[in-house]
Amino acid sequence: MLSILRTLWTVLLHTFRKRATVLYPEEKPSIPPRWRGRIILSRGPDGAERCVACYLCAVACPVDCISLQATEDEHGRRYPEFFRINFSRCIFCGFCEEACPTYAIQLTPDFEMCEYNRQSLVYEKEDLLISGPGKYHDYDFYRVAGLAIGGKDKGQAENEEPPVDVRGLMP
Amino acid sequence: MKEIIMSLLTVFGVLIAATTIAAGLIWLERRLLGLWQDRYGPNRVGPFGLLQVLADMIKIFSKEDWIPPFADKPVFIIAPAVIMFTVLMTFAVIPFTRAVHVVDMNIGLLFFLGMSSLGVYSVTLAGWASDSKYSLLGGLRAAAQMLSYEVYMGLSLMGVVMLSGSFNLREIVEAQKGLWFCIPQFLGFAVFLIAGVAETHRLPFDLPEAESELVAGFHSEYSGMKFGMFFVGEYLGITLISAMIATLFFGGWLGPVLPPIIWFLIKMFVFICFFILLRAALPRPRYDQLMSYGWKVLFPLSLLNLVVTGGILLAR
Repeated sequence: MLSILRTLWTVLLHTFRKRATVLYPEEKPSIPPRWRGRIILSRGPDGAERCVACYLCAVACPVDCISLQATEDEHGRRYPEFFRINFSRCIFCGFCEEACPTYAIQLTPDFEMCEYNRQSLVYEKEDLLISGPGKYHDYDFYRVAGLAIGGKDKGQAENEEPPVDVRGLMP
Repeated sequence: MKEIIMSLLTVFGVLIAATTIAAGLIWLERRLLGLWQDRYGPNRVGPFGLLQVLADMIKIFSKEDWIPPFADKPVFIIAPAVIMFTVLMTFAVIPFTRAVHVVDMNIGLLFFLGMSSLGVYSVTLAGWASDSKYSLLGGLRAAAQMLSYEVYMGLSLMGVVMLSGSFNLREIVEAQKGLWFCIPQFLGFAVFLIAGVAETHRLPFDLPEAESELVAGFHSEYSGMKFGMFFVGEYLGITLISAMIATLFFGGWLGPVLPPIIWFLIKMFVFICFFILLRAALPRPRYDQLMSYGWKVLFPLSLLNLVVTGGILLAR
């Protein structure tokens, strides 16, 4: 009997407690920066597209929501001709971000992407591509990779020695 | 002629006020439960979510009103009407102030007890007519629970009747001018409160509908406005029991400064909130615990109260 009264009193004291609910549209919850939300395609520090259209994200995607087509520009640099993510399928697992060798595809802390029309959930490349480098500011794939493309020859990347002439006799 | 119009006004006023309070309780209960569970409850529709009641009404009216083919149709339809009818009838004898009451009946208290006993038919018939095992179990439990708690409910009120020397509710209130009966009749008050919770089958004594074991008990098969009638009937029951507690033990409309009707409403409101607090705080007992608690604790207590009150009155 006494425990019942004590329970009643404890619950009554909850009148003066702060409420746990976050009144969402008026009051935004604080979301950690690594939150897996809307997917974006980022650009390198020089403003060029990071994506090299290697298809690794499309392969890693467990629900097959990414589709793209690779092509090359006049410098021999690969880029996606189209890049399409169907967000009505996407489960925001982040595997594409993990698979990406160039930090091009990234998940952002934005989750407010409801639509009335199912078709509007299919994002094309111009919807996905942002103007900045996203979470990794200074990374540029072509500046660290040994690959020769137009404007950058072998041995010109960061922390890279000029190539050794293997047939030469000089040390 | 003027008297007829006045009494008609009172009748419809009480009717509308009672149903409005009962409907408002749907909102109040959800808000208060939210408050006590550290959340908000409905606060979107209209100011403070008050129009939630309206939204719920529109929803429940536009729902399919389905009668199962295996049900006993006439009884199935009558059952929800019975609870509304009996509870609303009881509001007729409650004196809201000295002047505002529908009938000034000299057996008002007995009328209340009789009508609340009739209310048992509603749940029992609903459980029976649904022809489903969960409903039947719910109906059975309701019958046993309400009949047994009826006994102590009546007995606990006899102390009040002895002290005031009347079954008339208005005279009972006027007899509390010096001292509210909740002090000399504290035992009676406690028993009546608990029996009142059981009588309206509210939590923690909601075993007839116990959703975790019996789906929804006696109203498992009900839908649409018939379910709504049970719902409103339950809230009307809370309002009624709160009004009765205020009348019988807390001096009804008596109180300083404020107008009498405000005093009555304040007291009623406090007990309505207490009913909701009970729901927020307490778990449901087992069915045998409920019955043995009634017969082994409340019944002797109410008898003891009766004997002691009678003895003291005789000795004086």
